[in-house]
Amino acid sequence: MTTHTERRSHSWRQLLPPVVVAAAVVGVIVLVIVAGHHDIAQSFQAFWRGSFGSAYAFWSATLVRATPLTLLGLAVALAFRSGVMNIGAEGQFLAGASAASALALSGIGGTLVLWVAVPAAILAGALWAAIAGWLRRRFGVLEVISTLMLNFVAQYLVSYLVRGPLQEPTHVYPQTETFSTSAHLPLLISGQRLHFGYAIALVLALALWWMFRSTALGFRLRAVGAGPAAAASAGHVVVPRVMFTAFLLSGAIAGLAGGVEVTGVTYALYEGISPGFGYTAIAVALLARLHPLAVIGTGIFFGALEAGAAAMQRDAGVPFQFVAVVEALVVLGVIALEWSRSRGEVRP
Amino acid sequence: MTDAIAPFFEATVRTATPLAFAALGELVAERAGVINIGLEGTIIAGAFGGLVAAGAAGVGVGFLGAVVAGMFVAAIFAFFVVTLRADHIITGTAISMLGVGATGTLYRIFFGTTGAALETPTLAPLPIPLLHSIPWIGEALFGQPPITYLLYVIVPCLAWWLRRTGAGLALRAVGERPEAASAAGISPARVRWAALLFCGAMGGLGGGTLVLAQVGTFNEGISAGRGFIAIAIVVLGRWSAVGVSGAALLFGAASALQYFAQAMGWGIPYQFALALPYVLTLIALAGAGERAAAPAALGARG
Repeated sequence: MTTHTERRSHSWRQLLPPVVVAAAVVGVIVLVIVAGHHDIAQSFQAFWRGSFGSAYAFWSATLVRATPLTLLGLAVALAFRSGVMNIGAEGQFLAGASAASALALSGIGGTLVLWVAVPAAILAGALWAAIAGWLRRRFGVLEVISTLMLNFVAQYLVSYLVRGPLQEPTHVYPQTETFSTSAHLPLLISGQRLHFGYAIALVLALALWWMFRSTALGFRLRAVGAGPAAAASAGHVVVPRVMFTAFLLSGAIAGLAGGVEVTGVTYALYEGISPGFGYTAIAVALLARLHPLAVIGTGIFFGALEAGAAAMQRDAGVPFQFVAVVEALVVLGVIALEWSRSRGEVRP
Repeated sequence: MTDAIAPFFEATVRTATPLAFAALGELVAERAGVINIGLEGTIIAGAFGGLVAAGAAGVGVGFLGAVVAGMFVAAIFAFFVVTLRADHIITGTAISMLGVGATGTLYRIFFGTTGAALETPTLAPLPIPLLHSIPWIGEALFGQPPITYLLYVIVPCLAWWLRRTGAGLALRAVGERPEAASAAGISPARVRWAALLFCGAMGGLGGGTLVLAQVGTFNEGISAGRGFIAIAIVVLGRWSAVGVSGAALLFGAASALQYFAQAMGWGIPYQFALALPYVLTLIALAGAGERAAAPAALGARG
């Protein structure tokens, strides 16, 4: 029996997360501005100009930044929902970016090079995650540690590639040469930087939502995520195999994100290609409560935050680093809210 | 060749020192069943706290500031993980982001964008008579700042404490079978809080060592992944104090190897030397088989 007050308190609770998150964001920004003696009005204007204030800001800054965050957010959400603590999206992204760059520069496929480079990125990401998946399946190695280690290995791999075999011809800068235009993803809107990768991200979000909702695989992934023991005994699910599938799919999406970033935004590979996208993606996925469609929204939210913060640093001198504080507080806020919601429930 | 060996050992020990502090802290946390991915945030908080405190009142107070800052960050982590029973990994990731972001922001606010020239007083090396003139390894082991020697005391004490004392047993019991420990009258929550505060103090010391005994300045992201390396070191060291100090030396050697290889004119890309310890950790993990050496309740909520 649901009483009137219970229902009302339920809707009140649902409203709480976005309110708390928004308050945390504004609070931290104000604190940073005031502590640094920056002009508040000027800073917020810069933030607005950089994120939503103009068509260019929205299509060419916010959504361009949201693209890798959305894709990686989907990769993390898929893994977490399936009970796989993949914190290696960063490394899988780098593996994908490296593979796509190698092929884009090789010229294989001629004008159809994208049809080779992007699938290669997907494959590379899946393979990179498969190492952790295999270590888990074969040796019981915790994926938290293995994926973290593989992030570092991937980082050094990129470092080696852009100073070694893939370095630009003059051998001065630690980066590849710019890809030929046939290896550039098409733009979505003329005059804007938004590229086809964002369309892929949107379609993928829909596809994952449908998969989790309506397919046998989605059911198995969710069952394993909810409790491996119960899934094995009641649902006749082969848990190790399903978890391995989750590793592969999550890595494939993260690899795709890397491939899309180099062919859609940077047109080259270099060391700092990911400013921690893979870690921010954890906040993206958690704020979306691991729901694929909600990842679209949280991806835009964090994309706008980073785009606005970049403008705020450029135009008002407010340090960009506070973005990480906001991201961390969002995650901690979600945890605290979940705790307050579960209070009173009987814990196993 | 011999000309390059002594500096190689010296660089090995120097690089290993902050790693060993942090990893010994992580060891205690993990033995109590908590995996603290937030260690990175603890280290950088220690580095920044050390900088601020040393600037105000000298190197000695600087180290105290580093410990306090590290414990503060660890307390936030402990509150979420132990008191609210939140997921260790997600909380830890957030705490690392918080530490790196907050110190970067505060640094800009306190010292402006031109802070790169900022220097802090550092702890001078204190060569131990006779011992430091042992060929090859003397300078490396006994020509270091005094903070390094603190490790020579902590490692055997910690090893003994974990194995031979009642409190050490209680800590391990909480990490292996929290319900059983609870039934025996031990409060897992209290033990984990204490373990995490110790971990914070050690992580803070690691960060403080970096700034106050080695680099002599702070820069954004100065922890540079050392917190994650420390987690690898604990795994590679098979969750024992002696093993951890050996693994820390191995990681130190790997990063010193890049200079050694350069000095020797070996054509190995330095990235391979840097990536090697991570690969070794993965192999060690696989070799450990079915998490044999890891505390049974590691990472479990509650």
